[in-house]
Amino acid sequence: MNLQEIINHLGLEVLTTKDKDFSAVEPQSGYISDLLSCVMAGANPLSLWVTLQAHINIVAVGALKEVAAIIITEGARPEEGTIQKAEEEGITLLATPLSSFFIVGSLWELGLREKA
Amino acid sequence: MEDQTRFKGLHISDQLAGEITRTEELAYELKISEVMTQNPITTSIEMTMEAVLNTFRNHRISGAPVLEGEKLVGVISIEDLINSLRKNDISSPVKKYMTTSLVTVRETDTVIEALKLFVHTKLGRIIVINSSNQLAGIITKGDVTRGILKALDHDYKEEEVRRYRASHLFEDISSDRSSLILRYTIKVGDFTRGGSASSNIKRALLRMGANPQLARRCGIAIYEAEMNLIIHTTRGGIIRVEIEPHQITMQATDEGPGIADVDLAMKPGYSTATQEVRELGFGAGMGLVNIKRCVDWMQLESTPGVGTKLKIKIFLKEEDTVGEGYPSTKESIKDESSGNNKSFGA
Repeated sequence: MNLQEIINHLGLEVLTTKDKDFSAVEPQSGYISDLLSCVMAGANPLSLWVTLQAHINIVAVGALKEVAAIIITEGARPEEGTIQKAEEEGITLLATPLSSFFIVGSLWELGLREKA
Repeated sequence: MEDQTRFKGLHISDQLAGEITRTEELAYELKISEVMTQNPITTSIEMTMEAVLNTFRNHRISGAPVLEGEKLVGVISIEDLINSLRKNDISSPVKKYMTTSLVTVRETDTVIEALKLFVHTKLGRIIVINSSNQLAGIITKGDVTRGILKALDHDYKEEEVRRYRASHLFEDISSDRSSLILRYTIKVGDFTRGGSASSNIKRALLRMGANPQLARRCGIAIYEAEMNLIIHTTRGGIIRVEIEPHQITMQATDEGPGIADVDLAMKPGYSTATQEVRELGFGAGMGLVNIKRCVDWMQLESTPGVGTKLKIKIFLKEEDTVGEGYPSTKESIKDESSGNNKSFGA
């Protein structure tokens, strides 16, 4: 399943540029944590990271781990500077008012698992 | 012509400038003379329309400038030709059917001028003139596309050359031991720039030909060290990375407050981070653990009240070397990896 389908199914708001071809991005796994060092340790490249953190440091973590996108949950809103930094690093930021629990559940239902 | 003035008032803000693509930039950089077709097929003013038909057919073109001697006097197109055919008048001279109101651009203009004219006039080809108003060439949308593609290809090759140079940095430098040292000053509490040193180092390593897996390991280790300086120090610190063909050494130094119990600090989950910092998602007590996991050798030296020095190494196999120039003999590399400090081999 590609990122465009996930965005559509979950009704995610794209905060960074919409010009990217999301249908060409195939997330390979998921990771959920609000602790940045855990993400540093646990997230795989091309995974979807679900978090309710919205401050600028999520971009550095996302970029270093080369995640497919960051899904910011529970209506948390990153600042303009964070979005700009994400654009620079080529990281896609997605937002939703739904809870991390609900988002992860939906991703699992859509068939997102761990692909090595 | 009023349409052209529309572009005048456009204020280019920084943000807008950031959105301009390389292709658009090239349209403002490339000169028309660089992309146009030189010495185009021309017709003379006395040529018959029948001869024009044959010329168009033979050269597979749909229009041509008309010359009277050296002088540019008009343009003849396939529409004019159809016109003469409908009137059963193809033995008449070009003079009778050509268009004399000419749309031209100068060869010294940039490609963007031609692009504007293509949009506003709906013409398929525009005549290019030189400084003495003589025919210099002809420009079509196809010429513009080809010209820009060629320029982009050139850009791409230049980037390839730069990348190649970086990835062979050490190869042609003769010394007993060559290295590249990168230094970053990290300010305490500077969360906004948190992670920028590690991203820059990761990027440098990739440029130097490091395999992505290795660059990622380095990035993670340095990120954690960088964040430690931002979160825990009194006055920030320095990150110093030494890149050598056979190893990458990173040193993070600060002037305090120091770690009271190094063994405890190394325990997964142990953290001294404040509540405020924890709310940002830091202070999981995993930083040093992550570092240890990513590197081949680690040494943590700390004196309360004086400061902390973290040193890590990643050893590179010959096939993973960065910048080429892998040492031929292991003996030429003397290491300080033995010391009486706390070392955590991996």
